[in-house]
Amino acid sequence: MTTAYPGTRGFEDALAGGRMVVTCEIATGDSPDPAGLMRRAALVRDHVDAVNLPDNTAGVAHLSGLAAAGLLAAAGIEPILHVTCRDTNRIGLQSLLLGAAALGVRNILCLTGDHVVHGDQPDAKPVFDIDSVGLLRVAGSLRAGRYLSGRPIAPPPDLFLGSTENPFAPPWDFRPLRLRKKVEAGARFIQTQIVFNVPRFREFMARVRDLGLDRQVPILAGVAPIRSARAARYMRDRIPGMDVPEVLVRRMEQASGRAEEEGLRIGAEIVEELRTIPGLAGFHLMPIHWEEAVAETARRTGLRPARASMAPAEAAALATATRTASEGERCA
Amino acid sequence: MSAVGGRPTAAARFLETHPRVARFFDIALRPIEIALKKPVFGCRMCGQCVLHETGLTCPMGCPKTLRNGPCGGVRLNGHCEVIPEMPCVWVRAEGRSRWLPWRGSILRIQPSLDWSQKGHSSWVNYFAGLPREDRP
Repeated sequence: MTTAYPGTRGFEDALAGGRMVVTCEIATGDSPDPAGLMRRAALVRDHVDAVNLPDNTAGVAHLSGLAAAGLLAAAGIEPILHVTCRDTNRIGLQSLLLGAAALGVRNILCLTGDHVVHGDQPDAKPVFDIDSVGLLRVAGSLRAGRYLSGRPIAPPPDLFLGSTENPFAPPWDFRPLRLRKKVEAGARFIQTQIVFNVPRFREFMARVRDLGLDRQVPILAGVAPIRSARAARYMRDRIPGMDVPEVLVRRMEQASGRAEEEGLRIGAEIVEELRTIPGLAGFHLMPIHWEEAVAETARRTGLRPARASMAPAEAAALATATRTASEGERCA
Repeated sequence: MSAVGGRPTAAARFLETHPRVARFFDIALRPIEIALKKPVFGCRMCGQCVLHETGLTCPMGCPKTLRNGPCGGVRLNGHCEVIPEMPCVWVRAEGRSRWLPWRGSILRIQPSLDWSQKGHSSWVNYFAGLPREDRP
């Protein structure tokens, strides 16, 4: 079966290929002129398999993630669209997901979303009609060709669904189990919160491997180069659920004058440490307002998009194989 | 068990075909339910009680009304990201669920809330088999 707008499958194919996959997040920006967005995308496009577009992070309004993802898809850069439950109820979410598919945006990251109290408009009404697990199931229903009401969608949108997990927020023992819930609800890739506390992440991954989740779903570890001591302190104090060890904050403070260099070095060290943890499928870079750091981190760590390390013939064969497999699954 | 996820039970069929009886029970049981559950569990009368599956902790106390586990914003001290002085509902739920013989039920995927049932008796809804499972 063919859908009207198949979108690009590079990210899914890359994950299926078994090589380390690299993604990164860029800001959608505050300008109606897409030039800034495209400039940021151009800084990262050669270094990653797909680019994440956030959905009004921390409850601060920016350019719509859907619009940004559509612009990137049209420019041949594969987007991963963040969809949160904070601003939209289930009716709007179904409409948004279908709209994404129509724009060739098939990678969807299903999130609960930050609460409005952290944004610049805390007086807004938070929606939270459904949660991230519910959103995965809503998207799964669309994929299977039905709205929640049961009304048919033909052809069904060919969405590739993912979600997140934060191994650093309590209750720590429950996090791997919550990840399993998301996998059961239909998540087919996972991007984690930024890893600064590597020992904690190592424990989390051990539990994930015990549950066999690393074999069911590719997990990309979040990594962020820190730009300044101020940014490190901000993440430690102001972003709930973020675990920035004191030693890293101190290193950034002592490196005044060459803070960016120190931040890049810390990022590269964390990547090297994470490489020793079994069960990871790749890395998700989150340079906060510092897209230039993606290229530099890639250079220092040797991270390359999976598609770059694949021979063209091999990539084509793999693409055909996964397409046939997923068509079989959808017809069944 | 109720009809959730399976074929409707006899009770569910009866309540569906006798809406006036269902309404009578709803109105009669609502004050009893709220009187019992509000002081003990901080019940919000969502109409689809899952207390027994969430470590006897009402998930509707979560500012995001999450029914499938904690969000990623829980503070390192286990408190809520929205109300810093309040312990996270899900940290409590997870802790308490360990003491329950049916602790595994916290892992079940909860269907999305049917907001039209907010304020109604969850006891009647239980027998009516609400909320129905999300479609595939």
